[in-house]
Amino acid sequence: MKKVLQTPVSAEDLKDIKIGDVIFLSGHIVTCRDVAHRRLIEYGRELPVDLHGGAIFHAGPIVRKIEGTDDKYEMISVGPTTSMRMEKFEYDFIQQTGVKVIVGKGGMGPKTEAGCKEFGAIHCVFPAGNAVIAAVTVQEIESQHWMDLGMPETLWVCRIEEFGPLIVSIDAEGNNLFENNKVIFNERKEEALAELNQKVRFIK
Amino acid sequence: MEKKVQTADLSAVDQLIEIVSKFTSRISMILPDDVTAKLRELAAEETNPMAKMIYETMERNQQVAAELKRPSCQDTGLIQMFCHVGAHFPYIDELSSALQEAVARSTREAPLRHNTVETFNEKNTGTNTGTKSPWIYWDLVPNSDELKLDVYMAGGGCSLPGQGKTLMPGEGYEGVAKFVLDVMTSYGLNACPPLLVGIGIGTSIDSAAYMSKLALMRPIGSNNENPLAAQFEKDVQAAIDSIGLGPQGLAGKRSVMGVHVENSARHPSVISVAVNVGCWSHRRGTILIKPDLSYELLTSKGATL
Repeated sequence: MKKVLQTPVSAEDLKDIKIGDVIFLSGHIVTCRDVAHRRLIEYGRELPVDLHGGAIFHAGPIVRKIEGTDDKYEMISVGPTTSMRMEKFEYDFIQQTGVKVIVGKGGMGPKTEAGCKEFGAIHCVFPAGNAVIAAVTVQEIESQHWMDLGMPETLWVCRIEEFGPLIVSIDAEGNNLFENNKVIFNERKEEALAELNQKVRFIK
Repeated sequence: MEKKVQTADLSAVDQLIEIVSKFTSRISMILPDDVTAKLRELAAEETNPMAKMIYETMERNQQVAAELKRPSCQDTGLIQMFCHVGAHFPYIDELSSALQEAVARSTREAPLRHNTVETFNEKNTGTNTGTKSPWIYWDLVPNSDELKLDVYMAGGGCSLPGQGKTLMPGEGYEGVAKFVLDVMTSYGLNACPPLLVGIGIGTSIDSAAYMSKLALMRPIGSNNENPLAAQFEKDVQAAIDSIGLGPQGLAGKRSVMGVHVENSARHPSVISVAVNVGCWSHRRGTILIKPDLSYELLTSKGATL
């Protein structure tokens, strides 16, 4: 059965969600990436959006202005960007904003794990490159903030319906799917290298 | 006597701009034949349920993108081109500015994401054109009147793993192999596998870096001309595949769409290696434009713009 989370999300909602689960999200999600994180954490600027119980999307979309309007945009194409770039900020970000669901691409590290565990949040992967599937779940861009940052970095507040599939990569207990996989990958890499070294002795 | 420079017919230049612009937009929406075929092949042999689900999502995304005529991935990259221009191509003088204009036009029409940020000023130009943007490599082809153009949308995700290192020969090709595999299990994981891996091997870091990108323009499944290097491609591919990164780095049967090596002779004291990767959504295409501005899409058989 399809597991659909609805924003605002509570700690209770996250308690049975484990790494490797596939979920969907309805309600609201705000695109939020490099410079927005930097402004909040390093420059102490207040975010123009309330994220308590909310969700952020590490993403920089393609939007198009709706003809005949002053400030309405439609979502054309939106997919996740590399979450690891936000790792440096994410513990503080979760603490300060009360965000519950972070969606992005690839894994995140120990700071995000700690933030998820301590403040009850999860990180999910939206399979990247599938930007039209994501865009068509956006019902409306309700508002936009910090447009001085340009199209990719603006905070686009999106109303979404069954946004996903989202693969849970860090759960609210701080388990980390990518880190678990990395251990296996690195073991296999060492084996592969030992074998490969026998085949590449071109300098004799 | 005053030398007369004949200027090309403006409407013809505009037609050239239109062709390159439409081609660029198409690349953002529809993957080339070789990538589509490789993804289907990888999906068919996948057994991991999560990996299968991800491959199905990819297939569905490409269908919807083509139907809705939208960029299939939101990161349409900072556009790079490899311009193989015949010395007798009639629009050679106008070509550089025509390519810039084509990118700006495609940015408005596709629309593409605004990805050109001027360094130091740190301002997005909003047009995908700017200082040396699009980034163009020039290759002058003698005795030819045609233009063969590779257009590549290198997104941020798959640009991030790009790195190079100049090794001492004592580290040998073993050092090269280790360098490549380390990139795969670190940065490669987040760069949207299954990846196309481009490896440049030569003397200095700049030549290695250039060749690693050039390698990504080759059709998937093609081999290096040197049989030893071709065997190296196969061996490295088997090694990376054995790690089982799977689509999105979430584990699966294989890791890559291919490994391509481009190489040059090297100085005896150094061996440089560089890696550039293309993500699964490897949006590069090659178009052949004739002097009469008829064209052929070499990477999308039978397609027109």
